[in-house]
Amino acid sequence: MFSLGDLYKEVIIDHTKSPRNFGKLDPCSHDAEGFNPLCGDQLHIYLQINADNIIEDIKFEGQGCSISTASASLMTQALKGKPLSEYERLFEAFHAMATAGMEEEPDQEALGKLAVLAGVKEFPSRIKCATLCWHTIKSAIEHDDQPAITE
Amino acid sequence: MNIEKIRNDFPILDQEIYGHQLVYLDNAATTQKPQCVIDAVSHYYEKDNSNIQRGVHTLSERATADYEAARETIRAFFNAKSTKEVIFTRGTTESINLVASSWGNANIGKNDEILITHMEHHSNIVPWQMLCERTGAILKVVPMNEAGELDMAAFSTLLSERTKLVGVVHMSNALGTINPIETMIQQAHNVGAKVLVDGAQAAAHMRTDIQALDIDFYATSAHKMYGPTGVGVLIAKEALLNAMPPYQGGGDMILMVTFEKTQYNALPHKFEAGTPNIAGVIGFGQAIKYIQSIGLDKIAAREKVLLDYATTKAQSFAGLRQIGTAKEKACVLSFVLDGVHPHDLGTILDREGVAIRAGHHCAMPVMQFYKVPATARASFSIYNTEAEVDALFAALTKAKDMFA
Repeated sequence: MFSLGDLYKEVIIDHTKSPRNFGKLDPCSHDAEGFNPLCGDQLHIYLQINADNIIEDIKFEGQGCSISTASASLMTQALKGKPLSEYERLFEAFHAMATAGMEEEPDQEALGKLAVLAGVKEFPSRIKCATLCWHTIKSAIEHDDQPAITE
Repeated sequence: MNIEKIRNDFPILDQEIYGHQLVYLDNAATTQKPQCVIDAVSHYYEKDNSNIQRGVHTLSERATADYEAARETIRAFFNAKSTKEVIFTRGTTESINLVASSWGNANIGKNDEILITHMEHHSNIVPWQMLCERTGAILKVVPMNEAGELDMAAFSTLLSERTKLVGVVHMSNALGTINPIETMIQQAHNVGAKVLVDGAQAAAHMRTDIQALDIDFYATSAHKMYGPTGVGVLIAKEALLNAMPPYQGGGDMILMVTFEKTQYNALPHKFEAGTPNIAGVIGFGQAIKYIQSIGLDKIAAREKVLLDYATTKAQSFAGLRQIGTAKEKACVLSFVLDGVHPHDLGTILDREGVAIRAGHHCAMPVMQFYKVPATARASFSIYNTEAEVDALFAALTKAKDMFA
């Protein structure tokens, strides 16, 4: 049986209490809002992507639970200064981790620090909290006019 | 009152969650079901299953008799004038939608006003917004104070001859507030407005006498009063129902159908198109009988003792902010805890066996009023104990320590 400690790892608590890259990015080249209609979580992600497709800067703001805040904070850390191809790779890797079978170990190499969120798959009602920021960045980058929702 | 004996009536309570005795404190979402309700539903499927109102065979006669007996039980419980006024629906939401569509389309026009309150559940907001969009009517909202009580002076000011309907929740699911519906109904009637009371949250906790209160439309759900999900009731004055067009067309709601014209059935069948949730209605009737076997006044008195116990603990719990502190309230302890988001609380408490609700409780305007994204909500029922309240606060301490 997974314990609470598998979900609320120290790293996650740390990112909840002091989220990295928190705030507004103005001006920015891309931004989008995300909602989790189930719980009212709101997220706004801002990106500055340059002509070489490098994510020069990334910030987020909003209201959410520990898991959604930490996930967004970790995502911004993982993507800041990275090329867009890194976003695509991590999006796939994160999605695979969140929807993987219970027995599957997270791919540490592919995920890096993001692997600390692997515990969410044991808490089905919380998976959407972890994936909200990824849905939101996707809609920011793909210039989707609709706000991202987790449903 | 013997709470242990009552607990034994609810088989679901006797189980462990993650190695802890289940502490079910999500009763405002749905209550658990006593064995007698489960048995009534099973009995119908095991012995009497058949379609109602039309069969000539024994099973159908038995099922029809039980279905109609439930209607009479429910009529008596709420003191409606006649079983013609008792319409079975899928629940409170459908009951309100029925009124907004059928009565609303026939009676509401441009610039008419619908007056609701700031603490309504989405089910008593959205159908009226939809009606206003269709008709050009205007939706007005009675404000509330920090304690979560309606501003009655503002209510009086907002009421006018333009007000055609007042929609008010008897007891707020997000705050626990019990609203002064008696005064509100009188004032509304003085300006000629009809009143719809959303009784979903209140019905299991306090007496509602529909005739004494002079309620025009009353909506409630079985599953919040120990009955099955997917069934509820609209109780409305016969004259109003007679004047309203049918909500849905189909079987059971007709007397005669030709391709030229259909003659509608008499009340209450006019509003019960299609095969209803027969087992659910029978279970609903049994749930009412269960409440009557304990006594609604005794239930209310006991639940007040438990809420007071929990409220006292909440007041001395560092970092806890209660959301909803109305003088008149019942069974709901809604709160936020410094440094721990309600959803994290929900998950952490679950691992301690304590089931609470975390979220906006389908009352987003209430969350907006208190400037919180969500609250944690413990809600009590007749089978809850002081020991369970203690377990809640022990789990809250654990959650707080985790994020300390």
